[in-house]
This record gives sequence, structure tokens and C-alpha cells, in this order.
Amino acid sequence: MASLEARGLSKRFGDRVAVRDVSFALGRGEVLAIIGPNGAGKTTLLSMLAGGLEPSSGELRLPPSRGIGWVPQKTAVYSKLSVAENLLLFARLEGIADADAAVDGMLEQTGLRDRAGDEVGTLSGGNRQRVNIAIGLISDPAVLLLDEPTSALDPRQRARLWQFVNARVAAGTSVVFATHDIAEAERYAGQLLVLADGEMLFAGSPADLGAAERESDLERAFVAFLAERGH
Amino acid sequence: MALATLLGKDLRILRRSPVLVGLLIVYPIAIAVLIGLALSSSPALPRVAFLNEIPPSQATIQLGSEKINTTRYERELFQAIQPVPVSSVAQALDDVRDGSTIAALIIPPELPEELASAAQTAYVKVIYNGNAVNQSLVETAIESKLAQANGLLAAQLSQVADSYIDLLLTGGNLHFLGNTYDVLGLVRARTMLAAIADALPASSPLRARIDIVESFAQIAVSHLGGSKRVIGAVAAPIAVRQQVLSGRRTPLSNYAVAVAVAVSLMFVCILLASGMLALEREENTLERLRRGLVGAGVLLAEKALLGALVGMAVSFAMLCGIGLFVPLGWGRAELWLLAMAAGGLAFAALGVAMGSLVREVRAASLLALLVSLPLVFLALVPAASVSPALYDVIRAVSAIFPFKAALEALDAAVNQSQPSLAAALAHLLALIVGFGALARLALRP
Repeated sequence: MASLEARGLSKRFGDRVAVRDVSFALGRGEVLAIIGPNGAGKTTLLSMLAGGLEPSSGELRLPPSRGIGWVPQKTAVYSKLSVAENLLLFARLEGIADADAAVDGMLEQTGLRDRAGDEVGTLSGGNRQRVNIAIGLISDPAVLLLDEPTSALDPRQRARLWQFVNARVAAGTSVVFATHDIAEAERYAGQLLVLADGEMLFAGSPADLGAAERESDLERAFVAFLAERGH
Repeated sequence: MALATLLGKDLRILRRSPVLVGLLIVYPIAIAVLIGLALSSSPALPRVAFLNEIPPSQATIQLGSEKINTTRYERELFQAIQPVPVSSVAQALDDVRDGSTIAALIIPPELPEELASAAQTAYVKVIYNGNAVNQSLVETAIESKLAQANGLLAAQLSQVADSYIDLLLTGGNLHFLGNTYDVLGLVRARTMLAAIADALPASSPLRARIDIVESFAQIAVSHLGGSKRVIGAVAAPIAVRQQVLSGRRTPLSNYAVAVAVAVSLMFVCILLASGMLALEREENTLERLRRGLVGAGVLLAEKALLGALVGMAVSFAMLCGIGLFVPLGWGRAELWLLAMAAGGLAFAALGVAMGSLVREVRAASLLALLVSLPLVFLALVPAASVSPALYDVIRAVSAIFPFKAALEALDAAVNQSQPSLAAALAHLLALIVGFGALARLALRP
């Protein structure tokens, strides 16, 4: 059974169509990367999946018992609160029965226990992003949505982040992430979804995209794919 | 539940902003002490250079039998100004030019002579400097005290006129230029004429002519008595009897307390509510909260409640501080709190409406100041100071923002003034609903 299924999702802002007729299905423990040029509609699609934007049309199916965890592109945390206070706040707002236990578990998983009492504003960019992701995962969601999660991180921090995300994937969490980093998409995603001007141009594996363009380098294949379609 | 969680979070954030917390504590204390001192101490008098050019020997003028000492009117003027004695007109001008005094008052040497002549108006000279407000202050002070001095002088001149009329009526001694004259007086003249007429033979042609003069004397006696009342009325033609049509008039000092509390409440509530909502955007947490965790209504209500609670605490502390200097009706404290709560929520509703329009705390603060400051001035414009049409516009603008209604509620609660507290609270409630709806609209995704 799919953890997340979208059928014909569209979003209009007035006359402008931000996302048009997007469909895909994601199984338990699978990873989907959304790639596309700037303004393609990646963040709008993620916002609809996260429940922050109401689709203009289409259907979205989620597993009934567990929700969706969302990690926005910019760190969305309270810099004047400590790491533990941020986690506890969102655990309570998520309605988690044992919020303290959830915070304790998340501090352990993210390796932030030593920094639990530190104000988030005093943390490095990498640690702040870990808190950002930890908040997205605090409710132990079936699906985790990440919007360009590594764009502000150095390579070492990126590797640690993916190590952590992959551990969640191994535990059965499905992940959808938007990125401009094609290598990252190739490395961590089993499925690709290519968007341009709100339109879904491709859905399949990274290998399928390379094969379609007869190109072993995925980034070159992606650029050629877009160019052929006038983007 | 979500509201309480968010409120706890925001209070914790506030506690960790020492500058802001310090400001919230120091601000009401400082304002309360300043207002308290200002209201409980006498106002400082404007420093005015003073030159009296009348020689001491000529300070007293003789008007008929009355002696008028002009130094008495100096003392009257000194109640309104702080005189800085100078020795010459040049020094008076220098003092005004270099700003050590904001005006100069010069009593010319010819003043007693002009007064004594009673034929021309006597003048004093006032030289102004400084800004328009200072000029207006000195001008008003000197003119009001001159009016009082004129009143006193008019009363004395009236007494002199009375004594002349009495002399004309009943006769007596008139002292003039060192000589004493015996004035017959109309009453005695009429008596004498009557006696002469009686002594004349009945057929004397003089008798009819004396009767004419006697009846003239009779008419003059009757009407000169009435002219004394006319002169008295001319000395003070109009006096004021005050009547307040409805409600209880608030003394200016107590009204100042209500204004000060309303201004503090406004700034704290608007700045805090707009700033804390803008902070959610600035930290990108608004998007996260709005993703099904917290409804827009709850989020706006929480920010409004936060602003109103902190604003109430600050304003109440300020009112308690002012209460140390100015007598306040502590028995009505629950009404103060009611007025503060309604005013605070209305200001905070305006604050969240502003906060939902901007993305940064700094922009929210700037917007809050830009909008609220002019509204304070508009709400305090007196009806008589502008044209009726302009005042209608000002009233309409003031009515759609919370300051005037909050001021009326606080004035009614603290000073029992009109309009009633209930009317002001109803006005504030309407504004809370209106600005809440506006904020909800602006916060749409």
C-alpha cells in the first residue's frame, strides 16, 4: 500500500497555474526527489503535500494513522528557545500524548542531546537544520517532506544529515525532497519527479531519466531533457 | 490548549529578550514618575526679563481722592512669570536674544501719567523670542494677568468715579492742586432752591424759573445714583457662571493621567502584538504553525491576548505609580482593569492586523509607530480648534482606530467622565471584531 499518493494535483493562484496535474505514488520506506529549475513549482507541490496549501484540484491520499512531517527550506525554529524547548513546543502542538518522551527520543536520534539546553540562535547552520528536521520528525510521521534540506550545509554536514534521514528511511519512513542538487537526487532517491513551469515532465527512476537521454551523467541528462522540452 | 502553549512560548521568548523586558519594566515606572511629578508639582513660570522704568517717586498716582500704587499690578503680573530684573532696555533685548529669557516686559516711565490722565490707554511693552510654543505660553500668561490687572484697575477707577458722583450729589470738600473747595452738591442745591422759592412772593416771575431749575436738580439726583451701578458694570461687564450640561467634568490633571495610560497601553499592545506576529514570519515558523498545527484564528487570538496582557500589566503598574502622586479612586480599580482589557485587546487587534501585513519585526514596529502616533494627536484635537467640517473628518478617522475609544473608556473608568464606560466598551468591542477580521483576511495563505 502506498504511503502517499497524489492524483492530478493542481494549484492556481488567480490566473497563474503554479502546479498542473501532478500524480505519483510513494511506498513505505521509499525516497522521491523533486527536481526542476527555479520557479518550477517544487515548493508549492511540497506545501500542498504538507497540508499548508489547499490544492485547486486533484486528490491526495495519506495513511490514516500517521501524518506527514514537513521540513521547510528555511529553518523554521524559534531562535530564542532552546533545542529541547523547540521540540517540546511542536510535540505539544502536534498533540503527541507523551511529548517529553518524544523529545527525549528525538534528541537521541539527532545527536543533539549535548546541545538540548542551548538556544537555537547560538547553534551552527548544520545543527540548526538538524533541529529543523527533528521538528518535522517529532510526530514520527509516515512521510517526511524536505524542501531543499542541504542547500545551506557544507559537505560534512550534508553527509551527516543524509545519514540521519537514511536511518529513518530504513525504519520505514517515506521521504519526498525537493532539490537543485542532481547528484544528491541520484544518490539518495529511488524515484525522480521532474517539474518545469508547474508541469510534471517526468516520473521514474534516475536510471530511467539517464536512459531516456542516453546519458550516464544524470545532471547532463536532466539539462538535455529540459532543453528538449523548451526549458 | 494550542493557545496556552503558544502564549507560554511567547512569554518565554519575551523573558529571554532582556532589552525588551527591561524597557517594559522601566518604561511604565519612568513615565509614571514623570507624569506624577509633573501633575503634583507647580508649573515652572516662564523667565521674562523685567524692566520698570517708572521712578519710585512716581509709582503712586493720584486720581481724585484715590491713590493708586502701580507696583501692586507688577505683583499681579509676577504671578504668571518669573521676572528677571534688568537695568535697561538694551539689557532686556540682549537677554531675549541670547535665550536666557524668552520674553521681556518693559513698563515705560509714562505709564502713571497715562493712567492718571484717564484720557488715553496706557501701554506696557512685551518683546518675544523663542519658538512659537514658548511665545504663545508667555503671551497667554502675560495677557491673562494683564486682563486681571486691568480688572483691578478698572474697579479702582470706578471707585474714583463713584466718589466724584457722590460729591456732585451730596456735596463736600474737593482737594485739587493743594486747594480745598467746598462743593455744594445737587441735593443741597435743590433744598436751597426750594427754600428760595418759598421765600418769594407767590406773584414773583422768578418762582416759575426756579421751579424749572429745582426739578432739573431733582432729576439729576435721581439718575446720578443709577449711574454708579452703570460704571460698576463697565468695570466688569461680563462674568462667567459655569454649568456642565451632562456628566462629570474631568479635571485636566486627571485627564492627563487617562491620556498617559492610554498612550502606554497603545504602544505596548500594538508593538508587541504586531512584532510577535511578524517574528513568526521572520523565523519562518508561521508556515510551520499554519500547516494544520494552529488555526489562523487561534494564532491571532494568542498574539492579541499576549499584547493585551502585557499592555495591561504595564499600564496598571504605571497607574499605580501615578497614584503615588495624584489621588485616584482605588475603589474603581476593577473598572480600570476592564477598560484596560478592552482597550488593550482593541490595540492588540490593530497590532495583529499590522503584523499580518508585514514580514519583519522592524517593519511591523515602524508601521505601528507610523500609524499610531498621528492618531493620538488627531484624537486629542479639541472640537473648537478646527472648522466643524474638518472636525467631523477627524472624528470619523478617530472612531475607526482604538485610541479615542480607549481614552474615553479609561477616562470614564478612572475619572467617571462622559461618555459612559459602557458606550466606550461597545465601541472597542466593535473595533476588536473589525481589526480581528482584517488580520484574519491578511493572514490568508
